[in-house]
Amino acid sequence: MTERHIPETDVEKVSYLRAGHSLRSWLLTTDHKRIAILYLYAVTFFFFIGGAAAALVRIELLTPGGDFLTNEGYNRTFTLHGVIMVWFFLIPSIPNTFGNFLIPLMIGARDLAFPRLNLLSWYIYLLGGTLTLYVLVAGGVDTGWTFYTPLSSMFANGNVVAATVAIFIAGFSSILTGLNFIVTIHTLRAPGMTWGRLPLFVWSHYATSLILVLATPILAITLALIAAERLFGIGIFDPSLGGDPLLYQHLFWFYSHPAVYIMVLPALGVVSELVAAAARKPVFGYWFVAFSSIAIAIIGFLVWGHHMFVSGQSMYASAVFSFLSLAVAVPSGIKVYNWTATLYKGHISLDPPFLFAMSFIGLFVFGGLTGLILAMLAIDVHVHDTYFVVAHFHYIMVGGTVSAFFGALHFWWPKITGREYIMVWGRLTAIFIFLGFNLTFFPQYLLGYLGMPRRYHIYDPSFQVLHVMSSLGASLLGVAYVLPFTYLFYSLRYGKPSPPNPWGVTGLEWTTPSPPPKQNFDQIPVVTTGPYDYPVEMEDRR
Amino acid sequence: MTQGSPVHEPYTEASQQHEANMLGMFIFLGTEIMLFGGLFAAIMVYRIEHREQLIEASKRLYLWIGTANTVILLTSSLLVALAVQASRAGSRRVGATLLVASACMGVGFLGLKGIEYAKEWQEGLLPLTGVRHAFSGPVQELFMGLYLAATGLHAVHLTIGIALMVGLSWRVGRGSLRLPQKALTVELCGLYWHLVDIIWIFLFPALYLVR
Repeated sequence: MTERHIPETDVEKVSYLRAGHSLRSWLLTTDHKRIAILYLYAVTFFFFIGGAAAALVRIELLTPGGDFLTNEGYNRTFTLHGVIMVWFFLIPSIPNTFGNFLIPLMIGARDLAFPRLNLLSWYIYLLGGTLTLYVLVAGGVDTGWTFYTPLSSMFANGNVVAATVAIFIAGFSSILTGLNFIVTIHTLRAPGMTWGRLPLFVWSHYATSLILVLATPILAITLALIAAERLFGIGIFDPSLGGDPLLYQHLFWFYSHPAVYIMVLPALGVVSELVAAAARKPVFGYWFVAFSSIAIAIIGFLVWGHHMFVSGQSMYASAVFSFLSLAVAVPSGIKVYNWTATLYKGHISLDPPFLFAMSFIGLFVFGGLTGLILAMLAIDVHVHDTYFVVAHFHYIMVGGTVSAFFGALHFWWPKITGREYIMVWGRLTAIFIFLGFNLTFFPQYLLGYLGMPRRYHIYDPSFQVLHVMSSLGASLLGVAYVLPFTYLFYSLRYGKPSPPNPWGVTGLEWTTPSPPPKQNFDQIPVVTTGPYDYPVEMEDRR
Repeated sequence: MTQGSPVHEPYTEASQQHEANMLGMFIFLGTEIMLFGGLFAAIMVYRIEHREQLIEASKRLYLWIGTANTVILLTSSLLVALAVQASRAGSRRVGATLLVASACMGVGFLGLKGIEYAKEWQEGLLPLTGVRHAFSGPVQELFMGLYLAATGLHAVHLTIGIALMVGLSWRVGRGSLRLPQKALTVELCGLYWHLVDIIWIFLFPALYLVR
């Protein structure tokens, strides 16, 4: 390398990163910023485990025969992919890393309300994660991530109990994080930081936290009942006792549909920040965007039945669930329209965070519109349990959320580490992720519409072309996901030290040095202006 | 209120810290209600689906033990409420005694519950594997499963509550928890105790009184 290693700057010497060098100072830290870094390592680790499982699935699907994995092996692989990606990557991804790091900084606080609880939540997460790794080593679980009864309770022969206990444990990590965020946002806002001056990132995390604390306990009790049925024969869902397997589906989706919004609401918050920063304009219709997060959280609790249109539930219930599911599109649409209006006549620069935000909006719109198709009763009967559904939720949860995750990483990286990365690589990554993602998942819409069922690995040879396209796209996507690790780690040593506000944007987090000191603010700031108070004076920028 | 209690990071004022602790506890209690909510939903659904058989099954439970336990828990909640008042007034001895007394009532509840389980076990009513079943229909077994899951989960919560109360009274009695400055700690643990009580107040009619 010809570049010189840039030594530690004075700002870095007094930053949170240098407040204690020992491993102990990291593992016993109560600093929200350090816990965010711990979470970043942990979720990244699980992202790659879940990604490896996805790679196995895609390799298997290259050919119409089952010639790479056995039937049982395939079931276990996609279950593992789902369990790890949902509970150990997507749900904690943005809230526990960027939410943890940024919420106190954005509202002008020194830490979250309960710093020790915050650390505890990380250890609980690790405990759940370790148990999941045990499940992996012990041979996996074959029920799908949904654990439907009576398959999971009576017939499955994988490690169902260990897997449910792992998710049960990880749920408490979610609950503690949600609780901590709500209390923090209520009680620790700096003087003058009224609810109307909160950055939209904070609003969306508030909505997310409401779901975390209200929905997660339902999942906990539901999975506990499955474990009880397997361990002690307490047959709550056992049809031979008059038990109702559909009750399980109701309870499961009462959590798991809102959980989809746990995964996407933080991403919506990130994109609101990225769009305002890119346009250097106030977000159009602040209150609409803020309350659309709350509306999504509330309506999201009332739509779970759309997963059960073909389960035999009451037709009238299905009609209501269908209507309410379509209604979620209203607040979602408000966000997209308002972002677009924010960009209108903005001074846009094509920085990596902006490209990630655009990638998010594109994929989110596509995933959202196909969500409307799925919410319609008649069409859902046709495409239920096909690749159309798989493509739809991957567009939202992977295309959307992971784009926003990388967008957040590229936007706040200089703040978190104090170093700037090479922008051109960030732009390339954003483009690769967008292209790779579409190549992977767009063919799946077509596959699903043509009748390819999900969770099958032996399929009609006429589907092979589309499956091969999808697998090729997945390889590109895999490369694009690994790419940031090279130039981001490179920046830690060779990157230019970042000024406090490298993007020239508003927000209290940018008034602190990069990286911030342990106590965040020497003096708790007094807020006198709203969020997105553009234009920012040039002398504030550098 | 909490005047004189030390303000910890990240708080700047005592009132802020007090509000945060109360809010945190109430949210936690909300999650507990949702946790039991899943069980209540299941009980309700099966009561609608299998009304007659559920009533039949409910008649096999020991109503008098359930009633006695309800009285015990309600009384213990009164004692906890008085303990909170005492700790606010700074009377250590009274506070510690009341807390121990409520913990003892909790142990009494668990004792009675144990007797009840033992009787049901002998009658072959508990749906554990390897036990001779004495059900007149399959739904009865389902109901007893729900009964065991719900009361068992409640008993776990009560055990945690008892441990909290014993630890708290120890600290109050020794003076390591300074009163009235730290009365909030007693109040928060008291809230948890009340919740465990309230959950029972709903479990009792849902399981015992449906007949």
